[in-house]
Amino acid sequence: MPFESLSAETLGDIYVGLLGLAVLLYAILDGYDLGVGVLLPPREEKFRDDMIASIGPYWDANETWLVLAIGLLLFAFPEAHSEFLQSLYIPATLMLIGLILRGVSFDFRAKVAQVRKRSWDLSFKWGSLLTTLAQGYMLGIYVTGLRTDIWAQGFALLAALGVTAAYAFIGSCWLIMKAENELQEKAFYWARRGLFVLSGGIIAVSLANLTLHDDVRELWLSAPWGYLLMAIPVTCFALLVLCAVLLKKLPEAKGKGEWLPFFIALVVFVLCFSAFGISYYPYVIPGQLTVMDALSDANSLRFLLVGTVIVVPCILAYTVLVYRIFAGKSEKLSYY
Amino acid sequence: MDAFLLSRLQFALNISFHILFPTITMALAWFLFYFKLRSNLSTNPVWMRIYRFWVRVFALTFALGVVSGVTMSFQFGTNWPGFMEKVGNVAGPLLGYEVLTAFFLEATFLGIMLFGIRKVPNWVHTLATLVVAIGTSTSAFWILSLNSWMHTPQGHEVIDGIVYAKDWSEIIFNPSFPYRFVHMMLASGLTASFLIAGLSAYRMLKGDDKEAPKIALKTATYTAAVLIPLQIFAGDMHGLNTLEHQPQKVAAMEGLWETTEGVPLLLFAIPDEESRENHLEIKIPRAASLILTHDPNGKVQGLNDFKGEHPPVAQVFFSFRVMIGMGLLMLLVSWTGAVLLWRRGDIPLWMKKVYAGMAFSGWIATLAGWYVTEIGRQPYLVSGVLRTEDAVTGLPAGNVALSFTLYAVIYTVLLFAYMGTLMLMCRRAVEIEEITTEEREMAKAGKMSPANT
Repeated sequence: MPFESLSAETLGDIYVGLLGLAVLLYAILDGYDLGVGVLLPPREEKFRDDMIASIGPYWDANETWLVLAIGLLLFAFPEAHSEFLQSLYIPATLMLIGLILRGVSFDFRAKVAQVRKRSWDLSFKWGSLLTTLAQGYMLGIYVTGLRTDIWAQGFALLAALGVTAAYAFIGSCWLIMKAENELQEKAFYWARRGLFVLSGGIIAVSLANLTLHDDVRELWLSAPWGYLLMAIPVTCFALLVLCAVLLKKLPEAKGKGEWLPFFIALVVFVLCFSAFGISYYPYVIPGQLTVMDALSDANSLRFLLVGTVIVVPCILAYTVLVYRIFAGKSEKLSYY
Repeated sequence: MDAFLLSRLQFALNISFHILFPTITMALAWFLFYFKLRSNLSTNPVWMRIYRFWVRVFALTFALGVVSGVTMSFQFGTNWPGFMEKVGNVAGPLLGYEVLTAFFLEATFLGIMLFGIRKVPNWVHTLATLVVAIGTSTSAFWILSLNSWMHTPQGHEVIDGIVYAKDWSEIIFNPSFPYRFVHMMLASGLTASFLIAGLSAYRMLKGDDKEAPKIALKTATYTAAVLIPLQIFAGDMHGLNTLEHQPQKVAAMEGLWETTEGVPLLLFAIPDEESRENHLEIKIPRAASLILTHDPNGKVQGLNDFKGEHPPVAQVFFSFRVMIGMGLLMLLVSWTGAVLLWRRGDIPLWMKKVYAGMAFSGWIATLAGWYVTEIGRQPYLVSGVLRTEDAVTGLPAGNVALSFTLYAVIYTVLLFAYMGTLMLMCRRAVEIEEITTEEREMAKAGKMSPANT
């Protein structure tokens, strides 16, 4: 068996790293298309067509990162998977219902001149919103270490709003990059609003986070690591301020630098995610279950690692290929 | 009701709903590749029209398959935590390989296939169609490998109740896998063939006299006529394999209580598990022995040899007969259709009605077949290794009841919406198939809503 020399500890780190990568890519990629879904205006059909056209070629593959993340959690850390999802059974079910609604609405609305096109559009919007709220709520409860008391619930609701705002923000940045004219103006407006809510959300969640676990607070507030780590929130806020400036200036820039807001949103996602990762490593469920306690059999992990090492770079390569093929402004919605 | 029963119902509902769509897409992807190739090779635009129509059916079906599949990946952990706890070391990597080697491939290249036709060179688009077809088949490979391992586990060892993988090639190519894989791929081919033939016939019935549905119907009829005898042969081989590894399942399929020689073939009966006998038997003497052992006096083990270890009899018994009945009907219809097409070049009105009526017949046969094999594995989740009741969740029944109700409602709505949309697409097929790029450009320029073209 290849990778025989890797110890269980190393395997655990590799798999938790892969899991993190899958979650991060999911949050960014499906994040923007969920965000576009949440922003869908119920009253303006022409916007809806263009908005949906902008995510058409991508959403399917984007959602696959969630399957990979849940899959990795399932077989690398089965105990964490069942504990996490059994505690969050109802929100997880609601999230799945949301994903089902938006996934099918997307296709039903467009296959043929539908009589009920607007209903499918609305089910796309509300399905997306249900998904983002449920994901945020689950993230919140997860961070508390699967607590169920009133404080944890409050924190989870805050996280639900925060995650929705984050998705809506990255979604509007995506639209700034992909859309033109009126819709782009609208996207600038959404992005400016989203940026405010998001900044508030990040501050609130970060502060609340410090009160949840003693060792997390210690890590962030003590020398010397605390000072180094402070670079993350500082950079994050510098970027958000820069983004606010850009969102004011770009509409007059005649199409230059339209990719910048999306790029900044992406970096902000990566920064927030790494702050989160640093806070809770080596736990897979904060304060409850460590990587090593939850890890499954090393030989099976080695067997899958062979495929992972070969296949994941290929996946990344053809994902990049697709983004290059469809680069630039999205076409009007027309199929095949 | 307790969480065990509800979890089983919910999983059965989910997997039954899910399998409807991959059963179509697995083979439809290859049909699309064929249509695309024909279109590349000929100057007749009809092949591209057929492609355009069916690629939409594919996209819609694929989306339904994806969303119901995502749900499944959650339920392993939520409703059957014991499954991953005990056999996760085998199941996990197989599922992992499916996600890595198939899901991303399908989903990513589907984007090119659906939206990239004017963005990439034609050969890249054809290649993307091929890659999607390979992806769907690869996905079937892994999931059927895992499913087959649950029926005929090997290549593992059990230490302290936990299964550890020993030999991966033994696990992947376990004894029932080749049979199940072939049987399922052929089932998919037949389901897609009958769907194509059925919807094409429906279009003709609605007064569509274009060339496209005629050619599609012909292609599908000939494909079905070739596949169905292969399927009957593959099914027979699969049955023999089951007799070797899971004799209790075969006994339930045959409704055989006592181990006997010269077993009759029951055309109909009502198995009664309380009194352990059949009522209202209609039988052909010695036929079951002949089929199963290739000897009219061959001995077949009965259910009473497996008391407490055999599946519920009636469900398996009836599902099996539904599957066989559907298969024979498919044989009759596809061969009659093929002969008529061969002789007269088209099919008469009554035959079109038969085809339209059988558009979704593949679903019934496939579901019945899966019920035979999956209920036939009970009371085990993994034959001889893990009982279903030992894998169930500790969730409160109320939670499962809530999620079950939500899924049931939403799946019912979606099923009707799906079938309704396919019918609607048939009635408006002309606008789907025949709108050219130029017309689309004009529509754009004219500010008409281009969303529906």
